[in-house]
Amino acid sequence: MKKVAVIGGGVTGLEAASQLAQMGYTVTVFEKNSAAGGHVSKWDRLFPNRRHSIEVVNELKSYLNGNPAIYLSTAINKVTKKDNRFQLEAYNQVFEADAVLIATGFELFPAERKEEYGYGIYDNVITSAELEGMFKENGYPVKRNGDKPKRLAFIHCVGSRDEKVKRPYCSKVCCVTAVKQAIEVKEAIPEAEIFCLYMDLRMFGPGYEDLYKEAQQKGINFIRGRLSEASELEGSRVLIKTEDTLSSKPLKMSVDMVVLMVGMSPAQGTDELIAALGLQPNKDGFVEITDYHLNPVKTKVDGVFAAGACTGPNNITDSINAARSAAVEIHKYLNNK
Amino acid sequence: MRYHPFTLPFSIGLGFIMLYIIVMWTIWIVRLSRREQKIVWKRLFSFRTISAIWESIREGLLHRNIFKRNVLLGYMHMSLAFGWFMLIVLGNLEARLYPHGVINPPYYPIFFEFFRHDLTPLHEYEEIFTFLMDFFLLMVISGVSLAFFKRFRSRTLGMKRTTRHILIDRIAITALWFIFPLRLFAESVTAGLYNTGHFFTNFIGQWVIYNLPLDYLYYPAWWAYSIALGVFFITMPFSRYMHIPAEILLIFLRKYGVKEKESHSTFTKIELSACSRCGICIDACQLSTSLNISDTQPAYFIRDLRYSQPNERLRETCMMCMRCLEACPVGIEITRIRENERREHPLFSASSYGYINGYKYPKAKVAYFAGCMGHLTPSVIKSTLALFDAANVDYTFIDKNGSICCGRPLQMNGQVEAAKQLIDKNNHLIGESGAEVLVTSCPICAREFATSYHLAIPVLHHSQFLLELTQQKRLNFNQSGLKVTYHDPCELSRGLHITSEPRELLQHAVILSNGSKETESKSLCCGGSLGITNISMAERNKIATDTLNEIVAESSSYLATACPMCRKTFANAQDKIKVLDIAEILEKNLNFAPEKVSEKNQSPIKQQAVIS
Amino acid sequence: MIDFGFAPMEVSVHNMDTADLSLAHWINLHDETFNHCIACGSCAATCTAGQFTNFSFREVCHAIRRGEIKSAIDESEKCMLCGKCTLVCPRNVNTRNIIMLIRKANLTFRP
Repeated sequence: MKKVAVIGGGVTGLEAASQLAQMGYTVTVFEKNSAAGGHVSKWDRLFPNRRHSIEVVNELKSYLNGNPAIYLSTAINKVTKKDNRFQLEAYNQVFEADAVLIATGFELFPAERKEEYGYGIYDNVITSAELEGMFKENGYPVKRNGDKPKRLAFIHCVGSRDEKVKRPYCSKVCCVTAVKQAIEVKEAIPEAEIFCLYMDLRMFGPGYEDLYKEAQQKGINFIRGRLSEASELEGSRVLIKTEDTLSSKPLKMSVDMVVLMVGMSPAQGTDELIAALGLQPNKDGFVEITDYHLNPVKTKVDGVFAAGACTGPNNITDSINAARSAAVEIHKYLNNK
Repeated sequence: MRYHPFTLPFSIGLGFIMLYIIVMWTIWIVRLSRREQKIVWKRLFSFRTISAIWESIREGLLHRNIFKRNVLLGYMHMSLAFGWFMLIVLGNLEARLYPHGVINPPYYPIFFEFFRHDLTPLHEYEEIFTFLMDFFLLMVISGVSLAFFKRFRSRTLGMKRTTRHILIDRIAITALWFIFPLRLFAESVTAGLYNTGHFFTNFIGQWVIYNLPLDYLYYPAWWAYSIALGVFFITMPFSRYMHIPAEILLIFLRKYGVKEKESHSTFTKIELSACSRCGICIDACQLSTSLNISDTQPAYFIRDLRYSQPNERLRETCMMCMRCLEACPVGIEITRIRENERREHPLFSASSYGYINGYKYPKAKVAYFAGCMGHLTPSVIKSTLALFDAANVDYTFIDKNGSICCGRPLQMNGQVEAAKQLIDKNNHLIGESGAEVLVTSCPICAREFATSYHLAIPVLHHSQFLLELTQQKRLNFNQSGLKVTYHDPCELSRGLHITSEPRELLQHAVILSNGSKETESKSLCCGGSLGITNISMAERNKIATDTLNEIVAESSSYLATACPMCRKTFANAQDKIKVLDIAEILEKNLNFAPEKVSEKNQSPIKQQAVIS
Repeated sequence: MIDFGFAPMEVSVHNMDTADLSLAHWINLHDETFNHCIACGSCAATCTAGQFTNFSFREVCHAIRRGEIKSAIDESEKCMLCGKCTLVCPRNVNTRNIIMLIRKANLTFRP
């Protein structure tokens, strides 16, 4: 039976693995972390319908019943291709495969790179990922001193659409995540005043625009302007400055908490992996796809496929779609060989 | 025989150039301002004159500054200038020793080998003189050979790029290059015929070219030599070689204290003429080394300014980082001249900033000024203030709610009238705050405060102030053992000559390790420069990464700098090495003596400092 | 003419058929980053001059793109050239260069 290696045990990797196993291939998933599920397992609830992310992750994990098999805490550090066969090495162990799927996902933008936003400097500047953690833990956000914040600002596009930090692309999911999180904060702390500082609200998916409208109905304030700099006030409040571009006036306000909507960056280590496979990153550092329309999982090297957020920012829906499309393409490839 | 018509081209040229130099020197000196003339007269009979004479010999003849840069390049310049000078001096001496008397026509010593064979030999000195004359001729010839070689392989002489010359310079340089081979040829022919030379010319005359019809070549050779000299002298005032007389005058005037003013002056004209377009500034310029912009450097800018007007691109394409100033062997005040040239093109009027009138800074004892750029690096502010707190400094963060720009960016871009408004306002406000000392973490502001403001209080860069506190034992640090590369910001190192204070401070907490000689006064610019507007961010990032590649030692964990703009520029350009301000590094390694902590009144900032 | 004490107001509509975009074209010719703006307002928010007066680099550029040359040129003089905007612009617009270009246009383009 032909073997497929899936590198990365996030939603994309798990979905593709299960589809390929059902097609009758022997599938092995390699996950560098100690648990499967990737970033999604760290989120609390998902947009647009606020389903608990644990449901999604658990269902995907339930397919791991021997085939597909998964190796946890296993980072592939070397890959070689010989006569259409791949040899993957991890900790001196060698695995063989007829096809490889890269599903290494993304990494969150390191928010401290936007120094003027004060992450890591001020107490109450957090990232959207940390807010998800707070939801998971308490069901509501908490300030450093343990209090509930009464006035929050969500800052869109942190590490997205920003050439200053070499992330010129849109991370796609942050707008809708911000709106989702704003609604959740409002529900958890009804008296909270919430502001979203956006440049464009890119609500591209089904139900996203509805979520935006729901946020408006719930009294979330939207300010069109990018944060320029933050400074700390007495009592660890944060003063933020932006331009209210709709009225062409500088705007400043003090808030209890600033949430930075961190974007998606290429995962560390993917560079070396794809270089070993003979691939190059695209200009943004993600895995280069050769046919964006008719075969969006195909790479330059035969037998190597890529799906999910390793090819660029993606939401879960698109990642699952890409995973299935990869399964079909791998099937076609292995049958024509 | 003491005359031959072939000496005419030389004599005409010499007469012309001597007259020209006398006229130009007179015009320049007469046109100096009253005040300048007064100081020149006052200081003429002082030690300064001796010092100027020594500098003229050291730089004009021996070219010590170029030697320091590259030995071969130094030798090339030295052999041409000093060798030629010795030929003239020795030739004169030699000609005077003969019994026909000490008064000779000016061409006589120059062409002495031509006339000498008619004279009765002078046994006591002849041997030594013919030897020395051959020796120095060989030296000059070696210099010319190197100069010729430099055209093709300039890298061997330490120059990546050389100046592209205009027509008049090419004519002059060709004449100059021909002078010495032709002299050698003429003297060798003479030596071949009359055995008048020494080891060099006799050897060539009697062994190398003895087969040639020396009788026929004799006069043409001397004619050619004389013509080459004549052409060189005639072209000299209009070419780069005007630098020879201009530099001597420049050295003297500079020693007497004449310098560039707020706008172009007669002194500027002398400086412009003193530029030899040697091209050393081209390699010093990072626009050339990083961006391949190699046609706007001072060699070209000053040339165009000398002849007419540099165009807008030439005027504006400069980071004002002062690396060329540091590298210039003549010491021309290049950056000042460029700033003054920019001043001729005002774009902002004096009435631009009426809107700042209502602003005020709070009362202060020690006033801390973060500056515009400082507000983009909040952790620098936080660390600096934490250090002040730890040392119990009674400070006020005077521009906490916003700074009025210090005026330096406008000034660097020639917008002096506009800058003056900001300077006056800040000057007044800082005075009004009652501050006894002004501390800033921005070298750009520090330089402007120190040089363009008339503040009655000391202006300190935070590195100076923190060092003072450390020396007073008000701050203690733990040695972390980490290796750190320190980058000197342009405005701090070349602008204010502050290079030892940041290093001394850092050494309390980390071990310094530099991967390059381009430090202190030679430090490389980060590329963020406010002195230039017409390069793109991608180009700035290229300069920043090139600089980091050059200066960061492999073993370094951090890059330390002392300027918010450098820090930001380096951090934006790459993510390989973390860039920190000296204050951040020091704060991380702050050592609180326990009794000191309890003494302090507990402000929020202090508590955080204790925790970290 | 009889002075009625009032006159027809200039229509407060951007008429893109008649707008004078010559300055916009000229600036873009000299610095293509002029058109890279995504109107995020970072420049205006961080602006040193903007703390004291109503000045927005974004707005100045926008006015030029709508043909309001005179007001834009007048506004541009409020800039202190401090360079903060250049350091924050997410699209790497060469803001100071554009200000200098607008100031130069003051000498040639002023209608």
